[in-house]
Amino acid sequence: MEQKNSFRAGPDEKGRFGLYGGRFVAETLMPLILDLEAHYEAAQKDPAFAAQLEDLQTHYVGRPSPLYYAERLTEHFGGAKIYLKRDELNHTGSHKINNCLGQILLAKRMGKTRIIAETGAGQHGVAVATVAARFGLPCTVFMGATDIERQKPNVFRMKLLGADIRPVTSGAGTLKDAMNEALRDWVTHVEDTFYIIGTVAGPHPYPAMVRDFQSIIGRETKEQMLAREGRLPDTLIACIGGGSNAMGLFHPFLDDAEVNIIGVEAGGFGLDTPDHAASLAGGTPGVLHGNRTYLLQDDDGQIIEGHSISAGLDYPGIGPEHAYLRDTGRVTYVSATDKEALEAFQLITRLEGIIPALEPSHALAHVGKIAGDLPADHLLVMNMCGRGDKDVFAVAEHLNVEL
Amino acid sequence: MSAPAKPTEPKNPVTSRIDALFARLKAANEKAFVAFVTAGDPDLDISARILAGLPQAGADIIELGMPFTDPMADGPAIQAASQRALAAGQTLKGTLDMVRNFRADNDITPIVLMGYYNPIYTYGVDKFLSDAKAAGIDGLIIVDLPPEEDDELCLPAMAAGVNFIRLATPTTDEKRLPDVLNNTSGFVYYVSITGITGSAPPQQKAVADNIARLKKHTDLPICVGFGIRTPDQAAAMAAIADGVVVGSALVDVIGETAENRAQTVDKLLALASALAEGVKRT
Ligand SMILES: Cc1ncc(COP(=O)(O)O)c(C=O)c1O
Repeated sequence: MEQKNSFRAGPDEKGRFGLYGGRFVAETLMPLILDLEAHYEAAQKDPAFAAQLEDLQTHYVGRPSPLYYAERLTEHFGGAKIYLKRDELNHTGSHKINNCLGQILLAKRMGKTRIIAETGAGQHGVAVATVAARFGLPCTVFMGATDIERQKPNVFRMKLLGADIRPVTSGAGTLKDAMNEALRDWVTHVEDTFYIIGTVAGPHPYPAMVRDFQSIIGRETKEQMLAREGRLPDTLIACIGGGSNAMGLFHPFLDDAEVNIIGVEAGGFGLDTPDHAASLAGGTPGVLHGNRTYLLQDDDGQIIEGHSISAGLDYPGIGPEHAYLRDTGRVTYVSATDKEALEAFQLITRLEGIIPALEPSHALAHVGKIAGDLPADHLLVMNMCGRGDKDVFAVAEHLNVEL
Repeated sequence: MSAPAKPTEPKNPVTSRIDALFARLKAANEKAFVAFVTAGDPDLDISARILAGLPQAGADIIELGMPFTDPMADGPAIQAASQRALAAGQTLKGTLDMVRNFRADNDITPIVLMGYYNPIYTYGVDKFLSDAKAAGIDGLIIVDLPPEEDDELCLPAMAAGVNFIRLATPTTDEKRLPDVLNNTSGFVYYVSITGITGSAPPQQKAVADNIARLKKHTDLPICVGFGIRTPDQAAAMAAIADGVVVGSALVDVIGETAENRAQTVDKLLALASALAEGVKRT
């Protein structure tokens, strides 16, 4: 049963998590968003929908993903017992596929015949292109021109999968600009097009819907930890771009008061510089891309481009539910810099033989900051939400290695 | 938080320059030419001269864009206008100052601010409304505030005596229309196509059908915009609506004269005159 004062009760019927969330979209999209909400509610009540999704999660994605005890990492830090939730082993290499499968099944139910998406690191784009290929729907992915440059392997993968890649040059040519362009496309093709948003942002019902599809991460973790250790974990840690992998891990634990929950934002060159993407630490509430949340903005309400070494984290906003969880104090939000992430990336590669994506390297950097001070029986779970294949070229460049 | 809406008590407690304008036009059997430019584009000085010249060029209403970094409902022309204005240092406060200066010489031409909610939210809704009213602003068109979010700005604006002008679109079905039209005042802005500003021109027949549909639900004037670029297209739309909005075509002049700023004001006002002629042709 859901508790009365549950942290898991949101959103309300207006799509709000406290002050945050909502449906700040153009009228053209509004009927569509209401229609999507109705279809999503119906799908949630339909056992056939759940069964089809579960079948695909098992046999197409390879779920459940393992909960792996990182022995050498644990030894290295000399404190908490570190577990990795291995969503990087999913088909396509990140947690993004969890959400894409749910949404494409919904698109099919709604009779939509064309898929669009935005992408930053390209992991969401690859996951969308993958499910579009699997279900035989044409797919257009909007990607910032800057990101296309730094994520070439993923761009090629999307093309192989049959996606049409549209480079976006407005703004800084990164994730926020790609999302603007996807919204423009959607407004223009409302009749036939389904927009698969890649994180827990956008207008209601997206933040709740993406969270629900990603919550499989946390539900599995709970079960796996109970089976292994006979109790819940003490600490959960995940990186935050828009916040979908983090919300997926956190949500099933929000009402377990004894579980300490930490989200790690991208600190870029440092929070004392303008070049970071830590919307909660360095932002203020505002309205962008359909919802109210914390945003990096100036005092005129103009949005500031985020910076991160990781193309998946440099979004100047954050999912509205995270904004709510921060204000209520249920989740603690911290940050890790580019440099710290890069060091963590190398460390885990050497110690565990796991090459992580740069995004979860931020989470790992924070693990390194706290694990040593925790007792040996402290159970810590970090979401290893993506693998690093896409990042090896960028990392080589940062390490001044010529390939 | 503001009091909840009373859906049974429809529309317009606001009487304004907009109502007076449409009364005058109706008596003269004329249609309204609504000219859109972005405040501060390409810089404050040229923008102020454009604003001052538009009424003379035939604009009945000026729709003044509030620049925003992320204009999600706008095509390349108005995106570029926003970027030019922001690069030149335009702020929301600067936009209100522009209108105040304009009002020193013109107390008749309605000015409607168009844009996105975030700069207003950041400015502070109550302070914005009182400053906007004091500056002489008549109405607001806020793209990302559908009726579902009326508590945010629409209801406070009505209470402050500022018209809140809603966008109705081809996707606004019969079920939604009453909600969209409720709390709308001044005029209704019919978005002629599903899409962004600066897209392909609308089909006259489809727009006419939709206007007829809207007219069954409202006595407010209906202005049509999105995709109208030429005097002939303006004339065709004026034949079926109460007013015609042109934005991207005007703003394009500012982009095209980037190399020769001495021509910007005259060329833009010349196009405005031609468009006004198109609107008044019927
Ligand atoms: C591996 C990986 N992790 C994390 C993210 C950030 O997204 P979110 O915060 O929604 O999980 C991305 C986004 O591209 C990603 O590719």
